[in-house]
Order: sequence, then C-alpha cells, then structure tokens
Amino acid sequence: MSKKNKEILAFWIFRILSFLVIGVLIWIIEFIFVRGWHMLNWEFLTEMPKDGMTKGGIYPAIIGTLYLVAGSMLFAFPIGVLAGIYIHEYTKDSWYKRFIKLMTNNLAGIPSIVFGLFGMSLFVNTLGFGDSILAGSLTLGLLALPVVIRVTEEALISVNNSFRHGSLALGATKLQTIRRVVLPMALPNILTGLILSIGRVSGETAPILFTVAAYFLPKLPDSIFDQVMALPYHLYVISTSGTKIQESRDMAYGTALVLVLLVLILNLLANTLRRYFSKKVKMN
Amino acid sequence: MISGTVTSFAVLLIVVFLFREGLSLFNTSPLEHHNTIVLNSKNPVDHLSALEIKNIFDGNIENWKELNGNDEPIKTFTINNLGEYFSDEEIGADFEFLPDKLNLLVDSIPNLLAVYPEMYLAKDLKGKVIKVDQNNIPDFILGKEWFPTAEPAVQLGVLPLILGTLLVSIFAIIFALPIGIAAAIYMAEIADPRLQKILKPVIELLSGIPSVVYGFFGLIVIVPLIHDIFNLPVGETALAGSVVLAIMALPTIITVSEDAIRNTPRSMKEASLALGANRWQTIARVILPYSMSGITAAAILGIGRAIGETMAVLMVTGNAAVMPTSLLQPVRTIPATIAAELGEAPQGGVHFKALFALGCILFIITLLINLWIEYISSKRKLKH
Repeated sequence: MSKKNKEILAFWIFRILSFLVIGVLIWIIEFIFVRGWHMLNWEFLTEMPKDGMTKGGIYPAIIGTLYLVAGSMLFAFPIGVLAGIYIHEYTKDSWYKRFIKLMTNNLAGIPSIVFGLFGMSLFVNTLGFGDSILAGSLTLGLLALPVVIRVTEEALISVNNSFRHGSLALGATKLQTIRRVVLPMALPNILTGLILSIGRVSGETAPILFTVAAYFLPKLPDSIFDQVMALPYHLYVISTSGTKIQESRDMAYGTALVLVLLVLILNLLANTLRRYFSKKVKMN
Repeated sequence: MISGTVTSFAVLLIVVFLFREGLSLFNTSPLEHHNTIVLNSKNPVDHLSALEIKNIFDGNIENWKELNGNDEPIKTFTINNLGEYFSDEEIGADFEFLPDKLNLLVDSIPNLLAVYPEMYLAKDLKGKVIKVDQNNIPDFILGKEWFPTAEPAVQLGVLPLILGTLLVSIFAIIFALPIGIAAAIYMAEIADPRLQKILKPVIELLSGIPSVVYGFFGLIVIVPLIHDIFNLPVGETALAGSVVLAIMALPTIITVSEDAIRNTPRSMKEASLALGANRWQTIARVILPYSMSGITAAAILGIGRAIGETMAVLMVTGNAAVMPTSLLQPVRTIPATIAAELGEAPQGGVHFKALFALGCILFIITLLINLWIEYISSKRKLKH
C-alpha cells in the first residue's frame, strides 16, 4: 500500500472511531429521551410517588437532591475557592505546595463509595448526625472539594500576571490585588466550573447510600437532621429492587430523563456563560 | 488561610476513620454471637480455621483425621439442634440448666464438635474450648470464599472480589483505549476546528452523565443485548460491566490523551513534515511516541476510575461472589459489595468491619494509582 493510501486508511479509522463516541452518546440520550419523554409532565415533577412507586411523581426526590446540592455547595464553595486562591496566589513553589497538590489529587481520586463509608463512620456514627441531610451534604461537599479547588486554580492561572504586577505597582496590597483585580477576572471561569461541579454532585449515588438517602418517605424533610429521597438513589432503587420492577419502569425512565436533563441544562448554562464572558473580555 | 491544608486534613481524616474501622476486623473471631467451639477433652485437635469450620458444617470434612485428629467421624452440634438432645424441662425455663447439660453432652460424645455461646460454658467445663484462628490479613486477602453471613463461622476471603474488580476494569480499558486514543488523535490532529467544537461538548456531556444513569442504560440495553448475542442464561455478566465502564472511561481517556498529544512541540512535528513524512507518518512515528507517557497516564487514570466505580457496576454485573473464570459470568466487584451489603450488616459486627476493610483495600489501590500517575507526570515535566 502506498504511503498516501495508508494515511487515508488510518484517518478513516480514526474518524469512524471518533464518530462512534458521538454515536454512543446519541444512543444513550436517545434511549432515555424516547422512553422517558411521555412521562415528563407537571404532575410527574410535583406529585408524591403512589402505589409502591409505580405511579405518581418524583417531587420528594427532586426536593431532596436540591437540598443536598445546596448543602454540599454551601460547604465546598467557600472552602474550595479559598483553598484554590491560597494555593495559587500565596504558596511559593516548594515541597509544601507540591504536597498540597498531591493531597488534592489524591482526594479527587478516592472512589465515591469510600466517601460513603467515611461519611457514615464520621458524620453518621461518630458525630451522631444520623442518616440526615447534614451528613449527606458534608459527605458530598468533601467529594466536590477537590473539583472546586482545581477549577479555582485553573481560573487563576488563566489571569495574566501583568494584571497582578500592574495592580501591585500602583501600590495596592496583595489582598487588594486579589480582591479587586484577580478575582473579578477569574470569576467567570470559577462560576463555570462550579456549575459543572453541581452537575457532578447531583448525580452521585454511592456517597449518599449510607448517609442520607431513603427508599421512600411519605413527607418532605422538616430539618437538616431528616432523611431525604434523592433522584439518583430513587432511580437506583426503582430499577433494581422491589417487587414491581416492571410496573415502575416508566417511573425509572422518567427519573433518568430528569437527571440527564439536569446535567444537560447545567452544561449548556456553563457553556453559554463561558462564551458570554469570553466575548466580553475580548471587547474590553 | 488554613483552607489550603483542608484537603490534606480531609485525606487524613478519611484514612483514620476508614482504617480504624477496617483494621479492627483483624483481632476479632470469625465466630459471631459470642460463640465458642467446645470439643471433648480427649480430642487432640486444638485449633481450627474459619474455612475448616465451614467445610465441616458443609460436610466437606467428615473425619477428624483430616484435621490431624483421631480417625473418627465428626459429629456437629449447634445451639439450633438443642431440641434433638434435650426437652424444654431439662433445660429449664430460663436456660438455667443448659450449661450443665451441654457440659455432659460434650463429655459423653468423644467425636463431637459443639458450637454454642460463651455464656453457656459450665464452670467446671469437662470439654475443652479450642482456639479459632482470628481474622487475619493473609486469609482475608488470599481467601477464596466471600460469605460474610455464614453460620457458624463467617468466610471473609476477598480474592474473588479483587479479581472480579480487576477483570471488569482491565477489560473496560482494553475496550475503551483504542477508541479513546483514536478520538484523541482525531480531535487534536485531524479534525477541523468546526468538528472539534462538536466533539468537545459531547465528551463533556458523556462525563457529566451520572453513573446511575449509565447503570440503568446498561441494565435495560446492554444486559439483554449480551444475553441474546451469547445466548446466556443471564445477561448480567462481567462483560456487561466492562462495556458500561468502557463508555464511562472514554471521556477521561480522551481528555487526558488529547492534552498529551497537543503538548507535542510544534518544532518536532514541523521537522518531521519537512523531512517529507506525511501527516499519518508524523502521527505514528513522532507524535505518538512523544506523548506515550501522557497516554499511559490516561490509561492508568481510566483504570483507577473504573476500579472505584460503584453504581453502574452494581447494576449490571450480577454480583455473584465467586472466583471469576470468564467474562461471560456474573462477578462481583469491591465497591459493589460495599454498596450492596453495608445496609444489611449490623453495625460494629464482623461483617460491617469487613466491608470497611474492603474500603481500605480500595483506598490503597486508588492511592497507589494516583501516586503512579503523579510519578509519570513529574517525569514528563522534567522532559519538557
């Protein structure tokens, strides 16, 4: 085979395999949309489950997931952003910085089920929170922490150093520089990253299995020490356990669709934000 | 600015709590409910392992000779077959006569193996209480049976779970790697910018879909597909797990290897092209060798993610805790075991501790993988 033909052949193989990736995504999305679409209506989103979760809606699971996302982000955002600022702006390139980065990477690599075990051991048992929104939120927050730190760091890296030097040269202190110059410029990228981390947290199942999630609750939670239902756990239980798996299939398709839509919307939001801000920066 | 150390602190906390619970497994007895094993005083056998006890009760060991004892058949007794020996009156309403009766029983039958709670040991015990090997690390890691609810002695061998995890994860990467690398090369070197703009969000979206949705997809689509193609009794197999994990690992592999490929210095590419090589030759002979360490990192990272993945695997692999022999067989992975069993394990019991010990194993594996990647990428930085 000639050199030219080899190239054509190789490129076609790459092209086909790449389109296979798109194909897989389309396959999954299509499967969930086609089978779940007819379930999606106002009642499904705002009613309690009925008849052993074969009918009714998924309102409590949606509310539960919202609580968990809000709770975990309340914990992970401030700490993560502060840690990111500290690591990038304050530490010098030393063994200490490398150690912090190594630990952050390690934390990011720990499997989510291990977070679940840890959350159960520390928050549920040792601190005595019981299966509660508090315990679940803290566990999920810990899981999101390395993501938030990394996002913040990357956003800070993308701010050109000349801005820092300019501000410092004008007599601003380091803190003033960070607050008035660096952070406003990095904010769009930080926000985008945070939106994506919300997507990640809302879909996690393993960490909430033993820290907060309930199979079925007849009412909404009253305090942060109550259990809640959550979308991913709800999908897991109605698709794998219980006596009426076949009858609750439609509910499962609907729940999966809501979860995927959530991720889809958050991704779109992040992308739109990114594009909007990058245009704005260019105009300046 | 304490926040900088927050991740180190979190890792430390995780280590402390995980290992405190997990390691406490290794000075407990495999016998639950405070049971003891009592033999006739003339029996020369003086200790048993959990596996031997199970084999005796399963009928696989029938003679004391096999345990270096006398040539006598083994007769077993547990508190559950109390009724075959004594009437309710003999035991007494509050079991007050039970210790003496059990004492008599052990003394009168020379080939008896009796399992009963410590509280019923008589004060002037005529039989002998024998040592049961405590749960230990070698047996835990190399044991071939995982049956944490077995009576009277639990079986805590995690080898089938470790092998199951590795089997599913490694095959997932074997499936995902060629596709992932091809897509990475295509995106970095071949595709025009418009197509890149389509591919990038597709990959972001793939990585954003929750694992439980992948599991659901696998359960409804992949499992029946495998069931039909290979004509199996059940479609929930290691293969199903590998396929689902391969899809889930794609975004990681593509992003990391694409970064590595893009990092190839322009001058090297241009030198190759200037020497008359075409684009494919440049990719195969210059760019790929140069970015090999990055691609290796991508593969390892993918394996790490696959090993720790819980929900999707739990939903599609069938969860049979047996030594895996083929891809077309149900297997059970470490994370799936924890997720499936922790809810039922009584807190503080042997089973509960064993699941935390599994968590420790998982933690150590992923930690080693992370350090390995760190090592590879630090070497890459030196090269640049």
